[in-house]
Amino acid sequence: MQSKLNLNQKMIEQARKYAKNIAQDTQDFIDLHTTVAVERTICRLLGIDGVNEIDIPLPNIFVEHLMENQLLSTGAALLIGNAMLAYSLAPQEIAEQISTGKLNLSHIPIGDIAQITKIINEVAIKSVEKIRINRQERANLLEKYGDKTGPFIYVIVATGNIYEDVTQAVAAVRQGADIIAVIRTTGQSLLDFVPFGATTEGFGGTYATQENFRIMRQALDEVGADVGRYIRLCNYASGLCMPEIAALGALERLDVMLNDALYGILFRDINMKRTIVDQYFSRVINGFAGIIINTGEDNYLTTADAVEEAHTVLTSQFLNEQFALMANLPKSQMGLGHAFEISPDVKNGFLFELAQAQMAREIFPESPLKYMPPTKFMTGDIFMGSVQNALFNAVSVMTSQKIHLLGMLTEAIHTPFMSDRALAIENAKYIFTTMENLGDEINFKENGIIQSRANEILNKACTLLSEIEENKLFATLEQGIFACIKRSREMGKGLQGVVLKSEGYFNPFIDLMTKGGDTQ
Amino acid sequence: MNLITPYGDTMNDGKVQISFALPVNNDDKGTEAASQLAKKMGIKDPTVAHKKTLDNSFTFYVVYGSVDHSINYDDIQVQVIESDVMSMTQVSDYIRENIKRKVVMVGASTGTDAHTVGIDAIMNMKGFAGHYGLERYEMIEAHNLGSQVLNEDFIKKAKELKADVLLVSQTVTQKDVHIANLSELVELLEAENMRDKVILICGGARITHEIAKELGYDAGFGPGKYSEDVASFAVQEMVYRELK
Repeated sequence: MQSKLNLNQKMIEQARKYAKNIAQDTQDFIDLHTTVAVERTICRLLGIDGVNEIDIPLPNIFVEHLMENQLLSTGAALLIGNAMLAYSLAPQEIAEQISTGKLNLSHIPIGDIAQITKIINEVAIKSVEKIRINRQERANLLEKYGDKTGPFIYVIVATGNIYEDVTQAVAAVRQGADIIAVIRTTGQSLLDFVPFGATTEGFGGTYATQENFRIMRQALDEVGADVGRYIRLCNYASGLCMPEIAALGALERLDVMLNDALYGILFRDINMKRTIVDQYFSRVINGFAGIIINTGEDNYLTTADAVEEAHTVLTSQFLNEQFALMANLPKSQMGLGHAFEISPDVKNGFLFELAQAQMAREIFPESPLKYMPPTKFMTGDIFMGSVQNALFNAVSVMTSQKIHLLGMLTEAIHTPFMSDRALAIENAKYIFTTMENLGDEINFKENGIIQSRANEILNKACTLLSEIEENKLFATLEQGIFACIKRSREMGKGLQGVVLKSEGYFNPFIDLMTKGGDTQ
Repeated sequence: MNLITPYGDTMNDGKVQISFALPVNNDDKGTEAASQLAKKMGIKDPTVAHKKTLDNSFTFYVVYGSVDHSINYDDIQVQVIESDVMSMTQVSDYIRENIKRKVVMVGASTGTDAHTVGIDAIMNMKGFAGHYGLERYEMIEAHNLGSQVLNEDFIKKAKELKADVLLVSQTVTQKDVHIANLSELVELLEAENMRDKVILICGGARITHEIAKELGYDAGFGPGKYSEDVASFAVQEMVYRELK
């Protein structure tokens, strides 16, 4: 792509180097640790599922058993393999017997490691194969229907009842939606377990559960067949159950998942050590499953000023890119986030938005950028809101954004009505059609407002990355550089679920998914 | 008597626009249903100006017409916040003069609500739309506890910090979850014998002063209100209630 912004390419390279060093330093920490969520994910991928009589998921019961017996650092895989060898039980049976108190893993002497590895790998390979088949199925459907060029029309459903969500989603697809995100019920990010079964009474959304994923996947496949398009399904591999939900998403063929440790640290007060370790495994899974991740730096601009703090978004995009690469997640699956959040009162605000969107496009040319609509300055004046959304749509099509979340004219009033979504889709379709090739026809004035703005942000981001490289990531988060929010590494939710791995610890899925898999 | 009705382009023409979706097919029968529904709402001579298929069995309508009703404007009573609104520096001067120590304000987005946009707009240093937040007020010690703070934890923290003023933000209002949460806080404060000792204020996109008073709050602030509205009320109320 020819640069329209005359961006300083050397500086982009330099910024990437800083980001890589920061990610590598953090990865050294990640490699030494595991968490309760990582171990529950291993349980799930080894086939442990279901709940006990009081609705506690068996993966939680299993991992709590490890905690009670100081076995968490040994890791679920080794202990399950050991029990399988000792008693010829399947992983699910082991979990059930622990649940009823019949089995205590600390009483089983550790057997031959080579045999344990072998037996676990056999189960793990089968599980990974399921995910590979899902990936193939997606590829087949995309082959059959063809994929869309231009921005994907991405809308949310948030009724709190998965069956009502289906009604809304199906209508949106018929109107032209390409991606449906099922919004999660308020507060799920802070639950340290994944609920079980279908949701019919959530607040502002449904739980991310395997059953809800399955119900919506089936509905979208059906309506997709009807309209002759592949409809992507999006949910949240975020919060305290990041990798677990990523695994469920992989098993139910989700296509897009929100996934960003920095977001959880800043906006949900999740402990940084916990979530950065969780994020790594979740990205390994997402990468292998062909799931596009959506990162959350667009949210910085909802608390911090969109003009002054734009460079923190770019900084975070550089970091997210490197963290994703560490997990073998290809650039084509990185939905790096940014947003259209400059106040309508700012003179030439539209030019700044255009500059920032084009800049992201040029710096991350292979990545399907996630572009978020105006929310902060949406007032409840639905007529003005429509205009703001139209300008947002224009920037998106002119700069080839990919995961384009439609703005709702009723933002700040209620979760979208079916008709709100229809009006938003009509707005986007009109602008995407009428301006389809406008971007190709335009060059920006040399050293004009747009070029200068983009280079200024790049410059600031590069400086900030050099500072973070110096201070390391955790200390930076403690200083409140992102979104003006300070977080301590010894505070936050989920800290008690992080432990150092013991010698002999292994997670069979890391190798199977990063090395054995045919990622791209 | 001062009867009023909506104004389009002629006094008392009663013109309104409404839009809604019906779970019916987009056909003549559906249009007639939209029209009849509008009549039941008190719209004379409704015109279904626009109809659009949302899905096989859902249709969106835009209807214009004249409202049959009027309101006697003179009979209307509303609860408004009666304190004067002061600027940031005036608030600090007022505190120095009348309270003679820093006022402690503790705020949070409580319950399961994860949205901080409201409380941040009021409290954060930067503020919102050019109105600095409470953290910047010289004579206010502001503590923003962030989002998803349980009512119990909120009260505990308020005690620790010796809060004079509690600010509660609620953004998610689906199925009236905010009402239950706001009521719970009042009950807990009463149980702790704290309700009379603090100024209790709530805010949010769907909060009005009237709702706030009904729920047992001292004031409620909706859209378009800034830190100075909140601070002015809080400090004057403290003086009025002699909570020094």
